Amino acid sequence: MEFKLICKDIRKSFGRLLVFESINFELTNNSSLAVAGKNGSGKSTLLKIIAGLLSPSSGEVIYQINGKKIDKLDWFKFVGFVAPYLQLYDEFTGYENLEILAKIRGVKDYKRKIEDILKRVNLYARRNDLVRGYSSGMKQRLKYACALLHDPILLILDEPTSNLDPEGVEMVWAIAEEQKKRGILIIATNEPEELKICEEVINLDELKLKAKGQIVK
Amino acid sequence: MLSSIWAIFLKDLKSELRTRYALNALLMFVVVTISMILFATAGEVISGELLSGLLWVVIFFSAMSGLSRTFVSEEDRGTVIFLQLATRPSAVYFGKLLFNLVLIFGINFFVVIAYFLTMEGFKIKSFDVFLAGLILGSLGLASASTIIAAIIAKANTKGTLYPVLSFPVLLPLLITAINMTQLSIEGAKLVETFGHLRILFSYFAVVVIASYLLFDYIWKE
Repeated sequence: MEFKLICKDIRKSFGRLLVFESINFELTNNSSLAVAGKNGSGKSTLLKIIAGLLSPSSGEVIYQINGKKIDKLDWFKFVGFVAPYLQLYDEFTGYENLEILAKIRGVKDYKRKIEDILKRVNLYARRNDLVRGYSSGMKQRLKYACALLHDPILLILDEPTSNLDPEGVEMVWAIAEEQKKRGILIIATNEPEELKICEEVINLDELKLKAKGQIVK
Repeated sequence: MLSSIWAIFLKDLKSELRTRYALNALLMFVVVTISMILFATAGEVISGELLSGLLWVVIFFSAMSGLSRTFVSEEDRGTVIFLQLATRPSAVYFGKLLFNLVLIFGINFFVVIAYFLTMEGFKIKSFDVFLAGLILGSLGLASASTIIAAIIAKANTKGTLYPVLSFPVLLPLLITAINMTQLSIEGAKLVETFGHLRILFSYFAVVVIASYLLFDYIWKE
């Protein structure tokens, strides 16, 4: 199955504030992209547009499987998303959050999958604790579990290692490497270490300078 | 799709039973409103027509105090993205609608029991007419309240905007439901109220279909 992500001339503005414009790229299986840029440059906005959470002001994002365009309403089947602004239900336990998500998504054989994923993100021992009692690092691990539960083709990570300890960072590297082998990985970051993981890099600040006609080295 | 709707409904129900955000607010509101009516009308003989109107005032404001929670809490806690990334918008809408239907039926059951026990002048002669009006009125109330809750959840002034926006939308429904309750007090037969029932059912059907068509645009920024 060949999956292709196409971004055609994406432009986003909030009122008079232009966030970015002229973003063009294509990604297929086994590829990765890092989105870099200063705070406020629009990294998270671009990621939200790619995931279908926001609409671009102009331009188009296309998901294709074997050349066939996928309806935007079905994008959620292909996307895994981890971000600081993604919140979990803190009145439920870690296991319950994953169970709810699995049932909503219609994941088959979800009990085994949940146990496997909880072990992978090292939360199995705390699976029956309320998320309210989790540290920020544990919540970040649970977000990874949620994102990977349905084996997404496209994994989008916004600030992937925020709040994680060294062991958690290692876990992220392993997830990123595995994702690159079986699908597409997109990361928004400014960390040099994280930028190195990806084959291609879009720097939103440089794009803005180009748009203004300034020379970029 | 159906399993997603059911999963969202169960999630909301479980969350509500744990946190009791809407349930406590609704029950307190019903108790306080009925108490206020009793204090205000102590010793007075109130007509059945007036009591019908007051019943729907209690139901309307109870709905306004509790039914918006289903979307507002998702927006306030930032869990909207969790749902946006998990399923189609229509599954979210129908899951939330189902939850609001259960909530409004539960609350209306409590309101009616409390009303019968406390309002001496509230004598129903046609129970089938009363129940038909109550059930269809509740369906319409829940359906309109759900989509309005989805709209106002994105706004900054949620609390005040909800009843203000809901009132004109719900007015045709409320007038018909109040008429139905009056007819049940007067002892009208069910066949005589078919015109009212058609309005109530059409209202519910139109609101649900329009909401289904529009929800994608409301749900995603």
